[in-house]
Amino acid sequence: MKKIEAVIQPHKLDQVKEALKAIGVDGMTISEVRGHGRQKGHKEVYRGMEYDVDLLPKVKLELVIPDNRLDEITRTLVAAARTGKIGDGKVFVYDVADAIRIRNDDTGEAAL
Amino acid sequence: MNQIKRLCCCAFPVLAAFAIPAMAQNVSTSVDAKLAILEASSKAAQSAGDNAWMLVCAALVLMMTGPGLALFYGGLVRPKNVLSTMMHSFILMAVVTVLWAVYGYSLAFGQGNPFVGGLQYLFLNGVGNAPNTDYAATIPQQTFMIYQLMFAIITPALISGAFAERMKFSAMLLFTVLWTTVVYFPMAHMVWGKGGLLNAFLGGSIPCFDFAGGTVVHITSGVSALVCALYLGKRLGFPREPMKPHNLVISVIGACLLWVGWFGFNAGSALAASGLATSAFVATHFGAAAATLGWTLAEWWRMGKPSILGAISGCVAGLVAITPASGFVRPFPAMLIGFSAGIFCFFMVTAVKSKFGYDDTLDAFGVHGAGGTLGALLTGVFATNAINEGLKDASGKLLPLGLVDGNAAQVGNQFIGVLISWALAIVGTLVILKIVDMLVGVRASKEDEIEGLDLSMHGEEAYNLES
Repeated sequence: MKKIEAVIQPHKLDQVKEALKAIGVDGMTISEVRGHGRQKGHKEVYRGMEYDVDLLPKVKLELVIPDNRLDEITRTLVAAARTGKIGDGKVFVYDVADAIRIRNDDTGEAAL
Repeated sequence: MNQIKRLCCCAFPVLAAFAIPAMAQNVSTSVDAKLAILEASSKAAQSAGDNAWMLVCAALVLMMTGPGLALFYGGLVRPKNVLSTMMHSFILMAVVTVLWAVYGYSLAFGQGNPFVGGLQYLFLNGVGNAPNTDYAATIPQQTFMIYQLMFAIITPALISGAFAERMKFSAMLLFTVLWTTVVYFPMAHMVWGKGGLLNAFLGGSIPCFDFAGGTVVHITSGVSALVCALYLGKRLGFPREPMKPHNLVISVIGACLLWVGWFGFNAGSALAASGLATSAFVATHFGAAAATLGWTLAEWWRMGKPSILGAISGCVAGLVAITPASGFVRPFPAMLIGFSAGIFCFFMVTAVKSKFGYDDTLDAFGVHGAGGTLGALLTGVFATNAINEGLKDASGKLLPLGLVDGNAAQVGNQFIGVLISWALAIVGTLVILKIVDMLVGVRASKEDEIEGLDLSMHGEEAYNLES
């Protein structure tokens, strides 16, 4: 099993979700996060007080998938999340030791 | 139609009562009697109109404090201090009301010396439905009293912009009780009370024009705000940590309520539903509009982008500046006053504040102190007897008011009025802060400030969205 952790632009979330659904991925967890990589932030001014905002809003997707679908799913995800500009985000892939379905004790890939 | 019926029903028995004996006597008595009735009923009608308008104005001015100012200020602080900031405004609606009833109205509008009123209206003694002809001959004195109360409420609430996010609540209460007593009531008496030192219309020795409170409300509160900001020191982390306004949406709503409420503040200061009220209404609106544009354009030019925080700040700056002038100036001078206030206050809160480095949290000084001073001075320039017919010589001829009427000396009088209000505000506020600091301590503890005043002072949080 692999875990895919993708940090993407918030406005790309719907497209990514649709694309993953279309290839039969039906579980994911998302959270609203803030962060930055090489992308520079922006400047805000309130009554002359300037603030550099470098942590920008992003969406983090987490999904755990069977090993054999890794390639297909990451390619789909990346294609859907891409705008081609700095700030599009990153995808990280981890090995997962085990999974347990809380409802009925299924383990391993059967729990996904 | 109903009204006509009602009039007939009332008028017939009255007329008949006079008419029947009149037939027995001579004709001239009957005409006199009819005239007396007519006079009485036209007076009653005027009184009804004026009173209706003034009660609405009183409510409008209260609306400026809550929710107007509470929202305007509340949106500008961080989320951990929004409730405490709104509380500063709201609690004063209660505290100052009690002070006003016990002794405030008397100290402001009682017959006294040039500096402070006497005690004859203590506990509102003798303040009833009969008009106080010195101030407003057509409305019950109670209406005048409750209308003036709303000004006493908003003035200390304006100061809270300077000490927001770091003052202890107990200290804030004690401070405002003392401040209202020592600074506001005497200042209101000096400018508006009969025989007050600066009262141009009721026997003051230095005639100063302040239609709705440029000196009394905005200079006193704005200058006191600066003293508070300097005395309390900067908020922890200022200016290193970001302290962005947490909700500009509610600030915009607050500013819009202030704009509307200000019609009650300025036009109501005519104390009657008169043409003068209309002039003040028009000047107020034009001043606010021009100031909004003044600040916005200055900000666009200097900062690169026109912000809505800038637009609403400019609007308030213009309303402040037009306040003393509103019942004295024509529409275009009103726009000029507003436009210059918008630009002037923009530079005060951006360039001047950052140069000196004081932490006037919500720019109570930069907007009210600076705008009020500019407005009070420009009133001396643009006041004209074409708008305000309050000053006449013995033969009934209108006297020139401001520089535009040829009375250059008025600018000097306005300057003296400004100086006196600055001096009273600085000295009064410093002394009061010292006393409050000795008694309870003015500043919240470091832990309380970091936790946020909502939790540390009031035990509650504004936004419980996840529970």
